Amino acid sequence: MSALPPRFHDWFATRGWTVHPHQQDMLDRADEPSLLLIAPTGGGKTLAGFLPSLVDLADGERTGLHTLYVSPLKALATDIRRNLTRPVEDMRLPIRIEDRTGDTSYTQKRRQRADPPHILLTTPESLALLLSYEDAPKIFAGLRRVVVDEIHALAESKRGDQLMLALSRLQALVPDLKRVGLSATVEDPAAIASFLARHPDPCPILYADPGPDPDIAMLETETPAPWAGGGGRYAMPEVLEQVRRHRTTLIFHNTRAQAELFFHDLWLQNEDALPIGIHHGSLSREQRTKTEAAMVNGDLRAIVCTGSLDLGIDWGNVDLVIQIGAPKNVKRLVQRIGRANHRYNAPSKALLVPANRFEIVECVAALEAVKARDLDGDPRGPGPRDVLCQHILIRAASGSFTDIDLFREVKTAGAYASLTRADFDRCLDFVATGGYALRSYDQWQRLVERDGLWQLRDPRGALRIRQNIGTIMDSDLLKVRLRGRRGTGGTPLGEVEEGFAATLTPGDTFLMGGEVVRYEGLREMTVEVSRRPEKPPRIATFMGTKFATSTQLSHRILRMFAQDDWPELPPSTRDWLHLQRERSRLPEADRLLVESFPFFGRAYTCVYGFAGRNAMQTLGLLVTARMEAAGLHPLGFVSTDYATLIWGLDRVTDPAPLFDSDDLRAAFETWLGGNAVMKRTFKQSAVIAGLIDRQLQGQRKSGKQAAFSSDILYDTLRRYDPEHLLLDITREEALKGLVDFGRIEEMLARTASRIDHVTTDRPTPLAAPLFLEAGRVPVEGAGTERLLAEEAARLMEGAGLQITREDERRWRVPF
Amino acid sequence: MPIERNMNFCDFQLSGETLRILSTGALWWPAEATLVVSDLHLCKSERVARRSGQMLPPYETRDTLARLDSDVLATKPARVICLGDSFDDDAAREGLGDAETLWISRMQAGREWVWIAGNHDPAPVDLGGTAKSELLAGPLTFRHIATPEQGEISGHYHPKARLALGGKMVSRPCCLHDGRHAILPAYGTYTGGLDWTSPALASLLAPGACAILTGRQPCAVPVPQRARA
Repeated sequence: MSALPPRFHDWFATRGWTVHPHQQDMLDRADEPSLLLIAPTGGGKTLAGFLPSLVDLADGERTGLHTLYVSPLKALATDIRRNLTRPVEDMRLPIRIEDRTGDTSYTQKRRQRADPPHILLTTPESLALLLSYEDAPKIFAGLRRVVVDEIHALAESKRGDQLMLALSRLQALVPDLKRVGLSATVEDPAAIASFLARHPDPCPILYADPGPDPDIAMLETETPAPWAGGGGRYAMPEVLEQVRRHRTTLIFHNTRAQAELFFHDLWLQNEDALPIGIHHGSLSREQRTKTEAAMVNGDLRAIVCTGSLDLGIDWGNVDLVIQIGAPKNVKRLVQRIGRANHRYNAPSKALLVPANRFEIVECVAALEAVKARDLDGDPRGPGPRDVLCQHILIRAASGSFTDIDLFREVKTAGAYASLTRADFDRCLDFVATGGYALRSYDQWQRLVERDGLWQLRDPRGALRIRQNIGTIMDSDLLKVRLRGRRGTGGTPLGEVEEGFAATLTPGDTFLMGGEVVRYEGLREMTVEVSRRPEKPPRIATFMGTKFATSTQLSHRILRMFAQDDWPELPPSTRDWLHLQRERSRLPEADRLLVESFPFFGRAYTCVYGFAGRNAMQTLGLLVTARMEAAGLHPLGFVSTDYATLIWGLDRVTDPAPLFDSDDLRAAFETWLGGNAVMKRTFKQSAVIAGLIDRQLQGQRKSGKQAAFSSDILYDTLRRYDPEHLLLDITREEALKGLVDFGRIEEMLARTASRIDHVTTDRPTPLAAPLFLEAGRVPVEGAGTERLLAEEAARLMEGAGLQITREDERRWRVPF
Repeated sequence: MPIERNMNFCDFQLSGETLRILSTGALWWPAEATLVVSDLHLCKSERVARRSGQMLPPYETRDTLARLDSDVLATKPARVICLGDSFDDDAAREGLGDAETLWISRMQAGREWVWIAGNHDPAPVDLGGTAKSELLAGPLTFRHIATPEQGEISGHYHPKARLALGGKMVSRPCCLHDGRHAILPAYGTYTGGLDWTSPALASLLAPGACAILTGRQPCAVPVPQRARA
């Protein structure tokens, strides 16, 4: 056991602390090549990660970079610097700590490259940028340790893959580098460990005491939950009452739009004028920093927030977490609950507020999962190749390399351990030439091989590569500013999606940061607004925040449906499920329930796939395409996490052929290829892989133009080079994310063509709420053509114009 | 004629002639075996590349030519009229690749081919066919930009119709006609459009004008009357 140096021991003692067992463990095993610590929030995790570095650096004999700390949030890096500076100053340790993120000044960054601090705190993107410089070997010479914080969050996205490729490069520069990962509780720690370690090194896992079980329940409300919708505004009085009774409450929402709406209404009902703030990813940095500072000072009684507060920053005073809307994912729920009572060994307190009737069922299922400590999560697939393409570009920007060395290096990243040489060569070829269909275009001819060494064809290309580093996609957002006096740019408020901004006309109002603002105009790609709330606000849309209910939670709900009765549910929900069983039947895990019924002149079909919102949306697209081919004239559909409701002109009499697995897969390959969601998926990978340039602030024209060129490239490749690497990557991406075809496969496998078709004369109880759902998707096809022809005939007749016999006959021409 | 069986279309009358709008937005004049297309805007990507630096492959040119090729195959015209703005601008003409030039020559074989000059481009003189500023044929006149003349077929405006179908908005390129003259939709890939109710178009059309919406099943709709401002 490595004894803690006296200086450290005393410091702990003067603060009345003792070293936690897991902190001592980390110190004892500091020489392991890789080490993963799993600890709940508030477990002194960060200090545990840094303790070996601080002890090592205490003698003041080291110069140069010793420890690199990487976290997913810029704010976290800043926060950690503040927290580390405290013990370092108290103990008078000769250690220099600096952070380096996108916000660090240019001069500071230059100095850091020439004279790096002992401990550098950074993000995956800033690290990738550092590695792209020719002097990277010099900057990182002598590096001993790397600490990856919140690795469970990084592992869920491509940022993690980029980071691990960067570590493979670092390890090649400094072979003796030790890796440490810090993670919240996850369902599969071994997967995180192999993600972190240099392949095939082992990676021991240390567990901190998980602490007591959380105190978690559903919030009881006077008004029952509504039939459909999100928001949870019916529970406002009870939520306010809870805020009053606690010191500081975090009120989590699943989407930014819902957070804005809730915050607005909360203030309207906040008669005691309790200080309540709002925090989400679309607000400007200034706004968020203000809220965070107020929180740290203890000035706020509550914060309405989204996933932007899921990670990191330590606000000790939170004593209640309220989750509005079903949590969709048990693991995230547990991590959110951990935000309350950020103190070790104190139970966290949390309340769930289901937003509608169906979510009551989901919340009860989630509560049971939390009690059983049954976390969810999908296994990580192999490392994405678009990120690898970017890594090759970054490697080339820093200097020449041989393909065999880079291939070996890349395979030491766990996610790329199974990468074949053929796949690697395809990526290298794409980066070098753009691929077959694009080989005659100069701008994609980037690498050449000379004497076995790969290098940039034009060294000036390095600048463009550096400008395009990163895997986060936010290019379709426009900044929102208050219009200043004399037309000058005023206070920044945040961002909205370009698509939403395009629908605004001057005078429209919308919610931003909790206030109603009036749209004045667009000026150099900035949305200008004023504080003139004249009209009821519209709802701004924000992308990328709609979570799908996890597979495991969906299965739990299906298991609940199999029960004879549901004493654990409120009476209204319980009666609702009984009524469904009486009128139709309840969905089962190993069968697919399809209902058909007429309503207001349209034929409806409801499919209970339980595959999550994104997959159900894709299923809607595929099935309506098949209905179109079968001449059933579908007109549109709407999807939720559990079902898709389709309407059209003709009744579905036999749904079985619509759900044939092979046909659905074929339809996915062909029809979906032209779909906007696929195009968006393509665009993201194309930007990451370096095919399309990121739209940089200042030089950008409009996201619409970027979408235009990426759409042309997509159509082009599909038609002339269907085997192109980028299309391959797009198909792979489509199995998850917005398309999520993987979940449709899961549904097909579990139901195996066992279809129950129930025909009724009116909407069934379980289908009824779907009629109130927003987000209807129109279907363009023969149904539209028929409606168009009917409308044209009506208009022509109304205008006193003739429809000839000829026209009517022609309508029967099949196409 | 093969066209009757294989294609969907919508007929209208102008100066005593029966004219036919095809799904693609081309106009077919059966009596004269003449196929008319407007605003091909070939090599648009080339111009976008020159102006914005954003490189796009020129495949939209091939897409436009492929549609034209299939209309030519289906109608077997004695004469093809390209009604102006065939190229996105004069310099774009230079961007036409050898393969595309050959393709155009192949389509021109065995028939009369007329390039009408547009406002973006003068009619090309080095591509085969005849270059003209306008063409008179029987009771009809073909030119790029509409005038008040009787029996005129023009392009230029890229008219587009928008129609609400029970809460659902449909937007289609369309041909506008009012018994006096007709304005054709743009035929080229990736061309934008001008709303059919815009003042520029309203001032050209007599009351009672009709639109023929392109698409799988072209159909006629009266042009909505816009309240004069």
